[in-house]
Amino acid sequence: MLNDITLGQYFPGNSLLHRLDPRAKLILSLVYIVTLFLCSGPISFAIMAGLLTVAVILSQIPFFVILKSLRPILILLLITTIFNLFYMQEGTVLLQLWILRITDYGLYNAFFLILRIVLLITGTFVMLTYTTSPIMLTDAIESLLSPLKKFHVPVHELSMMMSIALRFIPTLIQETNKILSAQKSRGANFDSGSLFARARALVPVLVPLFVSAFRRAEELAVAMESRCYRGGSGRTRLRVLKFKKCDYCVLIVSLTVIILAVIARYTISFGMLP
Amino acid sequence: MEYSLKACDLCYSYSEEGKEQSLVLDHINLTVTPGEYVAVLGHNGSGKSTFAKHCNGILLPCGGTVYVGGMDTQDEKLIYEIRRLCGMVFQNPDNQIVATMVEEDVAFGPENLGLPHDELRARVDYALKAVGMYEYRNHAPHLLSGGQKQRIAIAGVIAMRPRTIVFDEATAMLDPIGRREVLSTICKLNREENITMVCITHHMEEAAEADRIVVFDHGTIALDGTPEEIFAQVETLRSLGLAVPQTVELLHALNKHGLSLPLDRLDPISCAEAIYSAIN
Repeated sequence: MLNDITLGQYFPGNSLLHRLDPRAKLILSLVYIVTLFLCSGPISFAIMAGLLTVAVILSQIPFFVILKSLRPILILLLITTIFNLFYMQEGTVLLQLWILRITDYGLYNAFFLILRIVLLITGTFVMLTYTTSPIMLTDAIESLLSPLKKFHVPVHELSMMMSIALRFIPTLIQETNKILSAQKSRGANFDSGSLFARARALVPVLVPLFVSAFRRAEELAVAMESRCYRGGSGRTRLRVLKFKKCDYCVLIVSLTVIILAVIARYTISFGMLP
Repeated sequence: MEYSLKACDLCYSYSEEGKEQSLVLDHINLTVTPGEYVAVLGHNGSGKSTFAKHCNGILLPCGGTVYVGGMDTQDEKLIYEIRRLCGMVFQNPDNQIVATMVEEDVAFGPENLGLPHDELRARVDYALKAVGMYEYRNHAPHLLSGGQKQRIAIAGVIAMRPRTIVFDEATAMLDPIGRREVLSTICKLNREENITMVCITHHMEEAAEADRIVVFDHGTIALDGTPEEIFAQVETLRSLGLAVPQTVELLHALNKHGLSLPLDRLDPISCAEAIYSAIN
């Protein structure tokens, strides 16, 4: 029942994108997302699409995996398309169906909105989730947030909590399966009845799961203390994130491309477009 | 006398409100010398796990003192040095692994000590080789067997360069193969690195491999001696709620039928030899 939960969406590999410093990828993704919302007009979108294509090729992730990442947002895409097509009433009328009217302006808008969403989703998946393991991401977040330590934000504690949570996901899934089997063997029924009945049937699974999670937490705390854990101060790390030459190169090249896209949006105008 | 662990008049009770306080540890006096391999036996609730938690200051005595390598565990300034010198391995392998990758988990202790990066690398590699898990360094711990996980936990302790390791029923949740792996690791580290081992256990076969056995009963030390001396006292051990190794059990049963066999044969081969020579 719970075996198909993969940890994040990480797609293991050893491509250039996989080896890139996670901080570079995180910064790049953020800039990329913001830029997508600044973009408008074919040229800036073409530049962004080109950037994404290069990233996809570099990541060596199979094309169908990337397509699969779009499946959950199909409905969202459909709805936004319909609304954009029929709500935009300005521009030349291309098609008139009773009171519904499709204009070239609406068509234009719908097309770029779809493009924007698709670029947004695939971009962040390829640059971040598919090519960065959750633990690397945690490290990157800790490292990027570390200036906040000056303002007494418990950055180390937060990232420790995140990495322990990641560590215990498989353990707790195994435990849940065990409890499910135990309750089934005593005649519990999880698969039939109304939605409410099924939700209620899960209570005898959740209660022991929580009890054992607390017990685990306590034992883990003792084990960590026994190994001299005393918070983040004075702690060193085995795995240190290091910006290498290629990290700088990739970051500079992609940021240049992104800036080009922004410049294109503000300099080259296409008459009727906003 | 030199010692790696010393309990003087150690008393402890879990304070619960409204309940009459009974001592879980009742005036314990115990000295463990460096390089010794001590097994601690006792039935459930005899106080042996509570004693283990005193060895590195997880619990602090209500009365008396515990010394680790000359340091008092009640001295707050020394607590991290004490925990470094006296490592602990616990029962549940899953609940003591912190990181999502084997080598990072082994590095957890040394990272807490604030060691420089090169030293961390060297210690992690050394510790993983010492427990024979070096080739698994990039694996995810949840995919390993119980015995392998416990060896990782031992490596995590070794990487801090301790002088003593306390095992709190570290083999209780393992299958026979896993238990064998962990035991041979313990023996090897005891012999080759001269690390003092204190093993709290329920398994008599495990205790038989130690240099010395300490039997706990109701918070006091009931027996203390070499495995041969301890296991020869079959009736006393039974009255304390403990079994004896199967070889001793057999010899004891044969003696009841009129033979006079020595009871200090703890492994099957020497037991067989004893019986064979008695029959001839």
